[in-house]
Amino acid sequence: MWIWFHKFGSPRYFYDLAGRLIPWLGGACAVLMAVGLYLGLFVAPSDYQQGESYRIIYIHVPSAWMSMFVYVVMASAGTVVLIWRVKLAEIIASVSAPLGASFTFLALATGSLWGKPMWGTWWVWDARLTSELILLFLYFGFMALEAAIEDKRTAARATAILSLVGVINIPIIHYSVYWWNTLHQGATVTKMDTPSIHLSMLIPLLLMAAAFQLYYATVLLMGARTELLSRERRTRWVAEVIRNS
Amino acid sequence: MPSTDTSLRTVAEPSTLVAVRALMRRDLTLAYRHRSELLNPLLFFVIVVSLFPLGISPEAKTLQMVAPGVIWVAALLANLLSLDLLFRTDFEDGTLERFLLSPHPLPLLVLAKTAAHWIVVALPMIVFAPVLGQLLFLQPGAYWTLLATLALGTPVLSLIGGIGMGLTVGLRRGGVLLSLLILPLYVPVLIFGATAVDAAGAGLDVSGHLSFLGALLLLAITLAPLATSAALRVSLS
Repeated sequence: MWIWFHKFGSPRYFYDLAGRLIPWLGGACAVLMAVGLYLGLFVAPSDYQQGESYRIIYIHVPSAWMSMFVYVVMASAGTVVLIWRVKLAEIIASVSAPLGASFTFLALATGSLWGKPMWGTWWVWDARLTSELILLFLYFGFMALEAAIEDKRTAARATAILSLVGVINIPIIHYSVYWWNTLHQGATVTKMDTPSIHLSMLIPLLLMAAAFQLYYATVLLMGARTELLSRERRTRWVAEVIRNS
Repeated sequence: MPSTDTSLRTVAEPSTLVAVRALMRRDLTLAYRHRSELLNPLLFFVIVVSLFPLGISPEAKTLQMVAPGVIWVAALLANLLSLDLLFRTDFEDGTLERFLLSPHPLPLLVLAKTAAHWIVVALPMIVFAPVLGQLLFLQPGAYWTLLATLALGTPVLSLIGGIGMGLTVGLRRGGVLLSLLILPLYVPVLIFGATAVDAAGAGLDVSGHLSFLGALLLLAITLAPLATSAALRVSLS
């Protein structure tokens, strides 16, 4: 286990492994996204209340899921940074932040596009929207702190603390906002016993969620590879990689 | 002193409790010697609140409606701007490094400093809050709730703010960054504080809100000093 840990944490090994994984992950993402979009946009029936505009959930819901998932990834990577000082975890947290912020922004933007015909306004101070907005602020704070600290390794530890504080606070923020105001429709998929969504709508949604996960993994690995080269540019293995390319 | 031996030992290793008390006394004395600076957060609090009638409307009904939120937001901003007092000067003259090197647990020292900061900054604001309530025509039934929520909520603000201050104390221009890091984390306190005052004004029961604020306070007391200590160690490494 520990050997594996060190091997995986070694920049050189990770660089090669990530290089080999990226085409597979990217390919699987493309296939799932194509199938998911086809099923979602053409095969799934239209909603009896919301008509065609509900179809935005195939982008909206996976982005909202990813916005939270990425933050948890960042906080977990932050834990690894604080405990073991693994360089790779620093890079994963750092590359994840702008990705998570983009997912959050996408969730907000699509939600707002959907809200205009459905609720009649671009924005409502609804609980989930608000907590998603605050999540976006948390991502911005993370990136601002990282940018403000010159030394990358110090920045990684500082942002790791911030992400851990954030991850404890997110549920508190979410529920406080929830009690404060609620207009958003309830969760439809996570009610495990009887999902209140039809199977023909659920399958494309889950496919899209998987595609988003794969997209995140692909872009994360690509970003991590670049970041790794830049941070390790003085080492011999990077010189070798550059020479062989 | 009975003998040099014992006096040496007491000098070298005072108990943590003594250290915490001494630190609090030091911070309070320092604050007292700079009395005029202490007035600034309070003045800010008052000025911000008095801007709202100018910006919104002098009408009693409108002001009454926004009063709880305005007072809470102003308290929150005043707290945010005063966070510099918490570690800045100690960082600049090197005292903070001595705290980090001391044999006493850093989280307790942080807690002591935060408590002193709260007494110096937030307590005057709490005392002054009813006057601002008058200015904004706060519902007569809401005054005690306003005081209670501020008393429970402002320590949470100071404790959370300490984390952000710990993270940014080493940076030359940390001010705006600090607000970016900290304000999203203040949201729950603001929500429970302001809605409780609102509910009290409408004659509703607020024990639930107060319980939540109390829970947040306990959580912040237990966890925030740990995070602040870790942040300080990163900032000063």
